[in-house]
Amino acid sequence: MLHFILRRLVLIVPVLFGLTALVFAIARLLPGDPVALAAGPNATPAEIAAYGKEFGLDRPLIVQYGAYLSGLMKGDFGVSIYTRRPVIEDLRAYLPATLELVFAAMFLAIAIGIPAGLAAAAWRDKWPDYLSRVVALGSISMPRFFLGLLLQLLFAMWLGWLPLGGRFPITEDPPALVTGFLTLDALIARDFTAFSIACQHLVMPAIAMSLSPLATIMRMMRASTLEVMQQDYVLTERALGLSSRLIMLKYVSRNAISATLTVIGLYFGWLLGGTVLVETIFDWPGLGLYATKAVVTQDFMPVIGVTLVIGTLFVFANFAVDLLYGVINPKVRTE
Amino acid sequence: MNAQGSVPESARRYALRRALFRFSQSGLSLVGLALVVTLLMIAVFGPSLAPYPEHLGGAVNTAARFRPPSLAHPFGTNELGQDVFSLVLGGTRVSVLAGLAVVMLGTLIGTVVGAIAGYAGGWTDEILMRISDLKLTVPGLILAMAVAAALGPGILNMVIAIALSWWPGYARLVRGEVMAKKEELFVTAARAIGAGPGRILFRHILPNILTPVIVKMSLDMGFAILTVASLGFIGIGVKPPTPEWGSLLSVARGYMPDYWWTAIFPGLAIFTAVFGFNLLGDGLRDVFDPKARR
Repeated sequence: MLHFILRRLVLIVPVLFGLTALVFAIARLLPGDPVALAAGPNATPAEIAAYGKEFGLDRPLIVQYGAYLSGLMKGDFGVSIYTRRPVIEDLRAYLPATLELVFAAMFLAIAIGIPAGLAAAAWRDKWPDYLSRVVALGSISMPRFFLGLLLQLLFAMWLGWLPLGGRFPITEDPPALVTGFLTLDALIARDFTAFSIACQHLVMPAIAMSLSPLATIMRMMRASTLEVMQQDYVLTERALGLSSRLIMLKYVSRNAISATLTVIGLYFGWLLGGTVLVETIFDWPGLGLYATKAVVTQDFMPVIGVTLVIGTLFVFANFAVDLLYGVINPKVRTE
Repeated sequence: MNAQGSVPESARRYALRRALFRFSQSGLSLVGLALVVTLLMIAVFGPSLAPYPEHLGGAVNTAARFRPPSLAHPFGTNELGQDVFSLVLGGTRVSVLAGLAVVMLGTLIGTVVGAIAGYAGGWTDEILMRISDLKLTVPGLILAMAVAAALGPGILNMVIAIALSWWPGYARLVRGEVMAKKEELFVTAARAIGAGPGRILFRHILPNILTPVIVKMSLDMGFAILTVASLGFIGIGVKPPTPEWGSLLSVARGYMPDYWWTAIFPGLAIFTAVFGFNLLGDGLRDVFDPKARR
């Protein structure tokens, strides 16, 4: 097991290295003049050149990349040419918000998707199955930004039950910072008012984010459950007289989940990059909103930083899934 | 067997006929087909069907701002007094064309990369596949945003930006299929009569793996339209006054909740288009991919 973990960890290094090279190249080889944009509309060519020099952008690209890499080793993600703030500080501020949103969305998707997929398989070709297929295709087809808008229209504007957007109102006292997840921090501080406020802000963006992973997890769970149900041991269990409920819940579900796990891992990374739209709609102060602002101003250091962080998390999420796979499925472990 | 039962039908035609039959047995797939056909018709004829074609070119009618849905304006009018129904009809062409272009370009790049990787094997395979794996770790939407923002607004730039993060899926699919097919007898036969690698790959192997690629393309169309609309919504995409569903929705967001119709109808258009393609693609996959069949 330890050997397996170490081998996978070593394999991650070239991937991350390639990621930095790729993102750096894409961000810097594209046309467009971010320096002129950042220096302002009234800047003279000399001022623009001086501005570029200040950030070391007059050096050859390969030198800049080397400098960036050596900075990364020390945890330095460069400086925004727009705000002049170190990118690492912004990442530190925005990453927990995005992670909280993604975890909440994943929680919803798993909590609903797995039982729903199991039910669709158990009642195959009956109405629950039919319904699950329509719901799944509908959810995948629903633009997250449109769903977000509909939720806002219904629950915030017409019914007034939930706040329109944001993460935590500045008029309230936030809980003491521990994890960066406001809901968890509030629970740790036993501040239930803050917990309820944080949840109210979290629920709509989380629902908007959860829809397409929910659909995929549900379909995946259905397919793998059907596959497992055809195994000989299920037949044996039936012959032994075990109840269908026991067979489904205890034996089939456990085996079916392991195949679904891979999708969950992939979706985790996909969601991290997919928060952009939902964060824009709900004004959620996370990486997506940060990246959008940076992209519009062609401020590439934040864009590179965000892409790197998300790419790294994606790689590690898949690594974690492989490990979990071994825990759930002993066959993989021994190989 | 055909109707007369005299001449044996070719296996390929028989398989196609069976597939068509199975497809026609699925209600949802037929709904998808109907939606897609309607969508394509609107994409072709939309601008001439629009009740107020002048609004598509950017004409405004400030006297008729924010009219709620009525007989004259089934989807109401927007902040410039333009007929939302006309704009939604006109936007169909942009979305369908851009979606199609993204999928085609992605397929083209992905197929070439995947075919070469799968056929050549060894180091070429290793390098090409690691590059495509790398692409999978980069968040596609952020990459597309960055590329589109740097290239500047315009449909073509947007298509390029999205297609850049689109091809790895096809590369993996085609590579796997090519690796499976290249061991088949007909490939050995082609090689025996002296066909070169290019001819074997493009004349013998690729035509045989078209089905899964087409199924993936139909499944991807909906997602491509969705991505195009997403970029439009963020404000990176086509230039106004070209009507585009995502950007229509983005502008309308500022006029919620009082003028909800300006947002609801473009949003529903996106949903319907994507839903139609997903139903169709799902139906095609059921028919052609025995493993995914219900």
